[in-house]
Amino acid sequence: MVAYFREMFVGLWSLVAGMAVTIRYFVRPIVTVQYPRQKLTMTPKYRGHIELIMDPETNTHRCTACGMCVRTCPSSLITVEGVKVKKKKLPVKHVIDYSYCSLCGLCVEVCPTKALKFSNEYRLAGYQRQDMVIDLMARLDAERATVGLPPLPIPTPESEEETTSAEEKA
Amino acid sequence: MMLEPGIEEKTFYLNLGPQHPSTHGVLRILLEMDGEFIANSEPVIGYGHRAHEKMAELRTYQQYLPNMGRVDYLHALAYNHGYCLAVERLAGIEVPERAEFIRVITSELNRIASHLLWFGAYLLDLGAFTPFLYCFDDRENVVDILDRVTGSRLTYCYFRFGGVRDDIDDEFIAGCRAFITRLRSRWQDYDDLVTKNVIFINRTRDVGIITPEQALKYGVTGPCLRGSGIPYDIRRSEPYSVYPLFDFEIPIGERGDIMDRYVVRLREMEQSLRIIEQALDKLPNGPIMAEKVPKRLKPAEGEVYAAVESGRGEFGTYIVSKGDTKPYRIKLRVPSFSNLSIISELIKDTLVADMVAILGSLDLVIPEVDR
Repeated sequence: MVAYFREMFVGLWSLVAGMAVTIRYFVRPIVTVQYPRQKLTMTPKYRGHIELIMDPETNTHRCTACGMCVRTCPSSLITVEGVKVKKKKLPVKHVIDYSYCSLCGLCVEVCPTKALKFSNEYRLAGYQRQDMVIDLMARLDAERATVGLPPLPIPTPESEEETTSAEEKA
Repeated sequence: MMLEPGIEEKTFYLNLGPQHPSTHGVLRILLEMDGEFIANSEPVIGYGHRAHEKMAELRTYQQYLPNMGRVDYLHALAYNHGYCLAVERLAGIEVPERAEFIRVITSELNRIASHLLWFGAYLLDLGAFTPFLYCFDDRENVVDILDRVTGSRLTYCYFRFGGVRDDIDDEFIAGCRAFITRLRSRWQDYDDLVTKNVIFINRTRDVGIITPEQALKYGVTGPCLRGSGIPYDIRRSEPYSVYPLFDFEIPIGERGDIMDRYVVRLREMEQSLRIIEQALDKLPNGPIMAEKVPKRLKPAEGEVYAAVESGRGEFGTYIVSKGDTKPYRIKLRVPSFSNLSIISELIKDTLVADMVAILGSLDLVIPEVDR
């Protein structure tokens, strides 16, 4: 009989003790962020989609269209096309299909000229698949525009035969 | 099933899942019900099959790395670790000590995040909503700390063959220390909220008892096995990385019921905090990547098995190499699969409500079962 009431009392007390925790936290400042009105800044190492680094010295990219990133990508979502201009290869197209990206970062690591980095972009949403196809050259042009530079000139090959697709080579 | 006229139907079938919220994924359990009690049951798996093992045969060793964050997304770093460990053993790559320490710290942080998520989601299964918010508040801290160094919040792809991708900074270390103090101050709240709660105790004490014999028979590992009183932990029994340098206990339960598994997980989080604390104190300086790791890894012919202790149990990677850049075969031994296989025996002759409690207590990640 005593045990019965004791069990009942201990049980009830445990509920009160739990409630006390709730009440204690009720008067503390809230921890949630009201997202669309408040935004947190991303950490510097946050891995968004990749983009071309703008070299501060030359104000252009360091990509040589070697196609290492194309070959290392597990999902084969990078397309790079380059042309040879004066024995130097330059990219004319550097496009990623972000919807397939698993953000492993292998392309950034494998790049011999360290031309790629992760962007801090996280608010990505689209109405169609095509919205997730990101043109890195266009993004670089937009970045150049912020410092008042015109878009990069499209490199033209000396002859048609020299145009090689990095994909074909791979 | 055709019933003959004149014969009364005794049992009926009930589908739990594949879209049931308490299965935490696409798991279907076919229950043969005798009134309110479960007469027989059969888990039906494979809804989330993504052919992870087959994928390995088509990719190079490096290209398979992002898959490991997705087999078990809750304790992704242990899976990163397991795979890297296997490949490193196969190719004979030495990992620098600092990298090993970073691996241990991040992996243990991830284990805490995984257990905290289980804690919240499991109590949600039992009908308690409040603890979910508390532990997600804490988990958010871990995720933020890991985000700072790994660059992602959930499907980490941080470890590389021979080291880790990025070095940790002072802010990370300060964040870890602040988190340790914070989480330790929260144990009392968790106890008051949940462990001592009379409803929780009544729903979990002496429910879903796994005997040690049963656990061994089914190959159950992780907190479910330790809850049954067998102190088996890969970090102790087959030490890998720098775990032998640290002083930590392996919490075990006595009865093997849900309550014991719950207590084991809570105490394990405290042990993880201890490991992180010691690792931060002993953190050596030096490189974070081994030198001369070839970009196109081509291990010699052979096979290797490496196991790590994930939040759910023993995760093993078995690799067969034929001396190519792609593995010939990779077999992933996932703990959730073995832990799920015991369910039919556990839920026999229990109520459906208890069955939900038992299923949740196994801490299953269904995409990991299917992989």
